[in-house]
Amino acid sequence: MSAVELHAHTDTHSHEHHEHRELNFIQKYIFSTDHKIIAKQFLITGLIWALIGGLLSLVFRLQLGFPGADLSFLKPFLGHWITESGKLHQEFYLAAVTMHGTIMVFFVLTAGLSGTFSNFLIPLQIGARDMASGFLNMLSYWFFFLSSVVMLISLFLETGPAAGGWVIYPPLSALPQAISGSGLGMTLWLVSMALFIVSSLLGGINYITTVINLRTEGMSFTKLPLTIWAFFITAIIGVLSFPVLLSAALLLIFDRSFGTSFYLSEIYIGGEALPNVGGSPILFQHLFWFLGHPEVYIVLLPALGITSEIIATNSRKPIFGYRAMIGSILGIAFLSFIVWAHHMFVTGMNPFLGSIFMFLTLIIAVPSAVKAFNYITTLWKGNIIFTPAMLFSIGLVSLFISGGLTGIILGNAALDIQLHDTYFVVAHFHLVMGAASFFGMIAGIYHWFPKMFGRMMNDKLGYLHFWLTFVGAYLVFFPMHYIGIAGFPRRYYSWTNFDAFNTFHDLNAFISVAAIITVAAQLIFAFNFFYSMFYGKLAPANPWRSNTLEWTTPRFPKHGNWEGPLPTVYRWPYDYSKPGAKEDFIPQNVPYSATPESNLPGEQDINLEEIDFEVVKDEQAH
Amino acid sequence: MAQAVVSTKRTIWDGGVSPLKASYGKLMMWFFLLSDAFTFSAFLVTYGMIRYMHPAYEGKSSEFTFSDAYWPIPEKVFNAAPFFHGVDLPLVFVGIMTFILILSSVTMVLAVEAGHRKSQKEVEKWMLWTIVGGLAFLGCQAWEWTHFIHGLDKPTFLTRLGVEYYGATLFANQYGPQSFAALFFFITGFHGLHVFSGVILNIIVFYQTVMGEFERRGHYEMVEKVGLYWHFVDLVWVFVFTLFYLI
Repeated sequence: MSAVELHAHTDTHSHEHHEHRELNFIQKYIFSTDHKIIAKQFLITGLIWALIGGLLSLVFRLQLGFPGADLSFLKPFLGHWITESGKLHQEFYLAAVTMHGTIMVFFVLTAGLSGTFSNFLIPLQIGARDMASGFLNMLSYWFFFLSSVVMLISLFLETGPAAGGWVIYPPLSALPQAISGSGLGMTLWLVSMALFIVSSLLGGINYITTVINLRTEGMSFTKLPLTIWAFFITAIIGVLSFPVLLSAALLLIFDRSFGTSFYLSEIYIGGEALPNVGGSPILFQHLFWFLGHPEVYIVLLPALGITSEIIATNSRKPIFGYRAMIGSILGIAFLSFIVWAHHMFVTGMNPFLGSIFMFLTLIIAVPSAVKAFNYITTLWKGNIIFTPAMLFSIGLVSLFISGGLTGIILGNAALDIQLHDTYFVVAHFHLVMGAASFFGMIAGIYHWFPKMFGRMMNDKLGYLHFWLTFVGAYLVFFPMHYIGIAGFPRRYYSWTNFDAFNTFHDLNAFISVAAIITVAAQLIFAFNFFYSMFYGKLAPANPWRSNTLEWTTPRFPKHGNWEGPLPTVYRWPYDYSKPGAKEDFIPQNVPYSATPESNLPGEQDINLEEIDFEVVKDEQAH
Repeated sequence: MAQAVVSTKRTIWDGGVSPLKASYGKLMMWFFLLSDAFTFSAFLVTYGMIRYMHPAYEGKSSEFTFSDAYWPIPEKVFNAAPFFHGVDLPLVFVGIMTFILILSSVTMVLAVEAGHRKSQKEVEKWMLWTIVGGLAFLGCQAWEWTHFIHGLDKPTFLTRLGVEYYGATLFANQYGPQSFAALFFFITGFHGLHVFSGVILNIIVFYQTVMGEFERRGHYEMVEKVGLYWHFVDLVWVFVFTLFYLI
């Protein structure tokens, strides 16, 4: 960090002295209210979680791929979770699956992705000095940090972390006597998630308000980069769906600790009847999936927004169907709230209701296809530049399509009876939501690293990382479709008691080997990331020759982003390869009056001096 | 110049201004309230679903007796008032509570209005009345809960546990199925917590008004923000009241 800081000083010394008083280390890097620092805090925390989540997946992949193997070499790490005979403890297997899901969905792909890029890009791309409230933004990170600490502590409990699956269905999660993971581990899980929801709410209202109120002169909603549209809608989805998870969690806490029966009814444990009657575990599933389904888009939309930006920039072409892309984001966001019960087709719900949810679910294919086709048509005949970010974005499109297709199959209530809770589901959501969003996140890091740290990441290592990850992701998840169709169930510790599944032994071992290689390939990225942060080549002001406003800031932007006045926006962000133009890109802050050679009929500047409405300016926090 | 560049008219959505004519703080409050509305909605949906899963009382209202076999008639449960022990006053006390809360919303409106006129003295007066209203509501709720918890003069036999039972806890109650009291405590408690934090916020804003903080700032927007929250809490009570006491 200090090396980066040193450059920031030498670089800006030549310019005027900033009136900002010097902040000490703690104000600058720990309790910072600068959105760029907060974004980096989210990013680093998210990457650490990604490492933990990835390693956990290797633990259970070892068990699945090599059921009889001696795992005693893991004893130094896992302690008594490796049994005397060198096997993975069965309850720890469940805990590892649960924590892998929780960590990846919430901590990496929600906080790590949305938290990083919404924070970093919203003020920079809309031309604002910071978020609407820097203080709430800081609180948002620290609630996330607290939630991370609680979740991390739960990993080290004697009784183990939560083990009921990331969906924590009661009664399993409600009754401590059910499995040891439903004891203190589950309590900490709930505490951690409550803190996480507070963090996400604070972040969300900040993103929404900033986009509405702090766009710079000329930045109308139809001139916003698609990244901002995606972050904006993601934040709205989060603000509306996370509170329902909070409700569900609070009710569960009461069932667990205070004797109520909201989710419990007629349960026998060890032949003994529990006194709880009158509740419904299905109620929890409804509440959970009311968050759970929008959560899929909370994870995916930012990645799609990042991809739109990167693909347009590196195809040197305007994004195909800008307004259709906005429409598809809005459509997906709306539909995401009314499809939740497709996760519950086999809970005994009314088949008529099932067919309604199936219908609504299949409609999502329309906006999704709009996005996929628009990416492909943007690439079509483009002057494509294969940067690592571009490769990962194209990878995302591929994963989004191949994972999305199986969504159409799973969305069918009748087909879902066969496929529910099999590896087919695992394959589907890992491709379309897990790997695709992860690719979006990585693409975003490669693309905006020069703006974040003022240095370039190494391209060669980036290519190596991409090909290993891309091929690896398919090798891991594609075979899962086959074993899923064969009926192989999720979350099972071992299948060796079922002869029918023995034919899949080789395939399972293959998946595990691929998973190990893929996770190992991420170390290349980790090295590249941290090495380039300090020793990478210094980045030029606009390394990708991009149109958006963040590239008009200094190499090491200070708190406040622009020295002097904020830039004014005159045009949309996708004027790439415009016929007649001198360069193949025209940044948003270049007025039409400066480019008469390339203006299309009707293109003219808005008169920003002339205002005939009452002006309400919003003062920023600092 | 190949072509003359003329300018088109600017709209309020073209950036550089707050298009909704609301400061960021007010917008944040609106979005927070939207989010909180979903939290409450989830609880009310939970109430509706669990209520629907239990049988209703089928007989005549005059012959109603308490039992854990069916959901009770609210008028039979909430018919007590302080100083009127043994008198059947269905929903009178909760009606008074509701009236107090709505009245405190009116005084809040007056405080906001006084803030627009920058009349510090009047803001102080109406904020104080709002705080009194909030505290009165909480006091009433405390009495109602106490009465509910202590129970009636006669116990009810609970078939689920096989015991005679007085009053109510989260685990069991003499009025109806377990979830009846559990939901009552949970939802009115969650609402009460909101009222409580509203009172705290009101006290802070009242203090800042008295200290002349908003006079110095030149505007009383903070009063508007807590006002939004207070009205929301009021509105939620209307729904809670309707679901728990009326139907």
